Amino acid sequence: MTRSIIELTTTPEDHRIARLAAAAIGLSLIDAAIPLPLPGIKPGLANIVTLIVLARHGWGTAVWVSVLRVVAGGLLLGHFLSPGFFLSVAGAAASLLVLGAVSRLPARAFGPVGWSVCAAFAHIGGQLLLARLWLIPHDGLFLMTPFFAVAALAFGIINGLIAARLLAEPPVAAPEPPDAEHPA
Amino acid sequence: MPWRGLLRPGDWLIVALGTALCAAAFPLAWQAGIAEKAVVRQGGTVFAELDLSRNRRIEVPGPLGSTVIAVDRRRVRVVSDPGPRQYCVRQGWLSRPGQIAICAPNEVSVEVRGAKEAYDSLNY
Repeated sequence: MTRSIIELTTTPEDHRIARLAAAAIGLSLIDAAIPLPLPGIKPGLANIVTLIVLARHGWGTAVWVSVLRVVAGGLLLGHFLSPGFFLSVAGAAASLLVLGAVSRLPARAFGPVGWSVCAAFAHIGGQLLLARLWLIPHDGLFLMTPFFAVAALAFGIINGLIAARLLAEPPVAAPEPPDAEHPA
Repeated sequence: MPWRGLLRPGDWLIVALGTALCAAAFPLAWQAGIAEKAVVRQGGTVFAELDLSRNRRIEVPGPLGSTVIAVDRRRVRVVSDPGPRQYCVRQGWLSRPGQIAICAPNEVSVEVRGAKEAYDSLNY
């Protein structure tokens, strides 16, 4: 094999982010394959990963995983830099900001389900705001809001429950980083 | 493992608030209700109020000529207008409360109204 000219030094943290982002990207592909009656309504399964990352590794890692997921997911689904991509960015940014706030609430009272519901509402909020300001500058857009709100609540609870269920299991030992086999 | 055990007290609160938000979203988003009538104005005064349940076609005389407005199956549109740019004609069918087509050159407008007045803008 030709030796690469560019040497990238990676930390275990980078490997962890890449692994989690890969899981999130896989889930967002599954997400896109699920048919749903209304445009704009999606289960948002990738947010399960975001919630777990937030609980286990903190907000900074969650932001990294989300950014990678949105960009790579956009490339894979073919909507990179299209309006749909910017809607994803707006939704992810809004929900990360809200997650940053709610994850500081006392852990005794608020868990992944609460975070998930807050993040889901922030997600549609951010998307509706961007859509209203840029894509569809007409108040007719808000006629869809009740459906989005119900979907956010339902999928927020479901994703939160899945995340909480997975978090309740003992963490699996991280696989060996590839550097161990091929020393750079 | 029971799913209910995964929810903490604050989570129930957030879910309850979310449910309330959903319940509030329906009347808020649809406050204008269903379209009841079309108000046709000419030169700032009400020329006619058309009941949307009855199909009709009226001609409104203005400074440039006559604007034709038609009601069909609970929708209303400007069929023809003597104005140069035809914006109001190209708007097509209006069916929701608050929608309005304005033929400015001929000083004619047609607005869809619901049972309740929808706010176009608030001022005091």
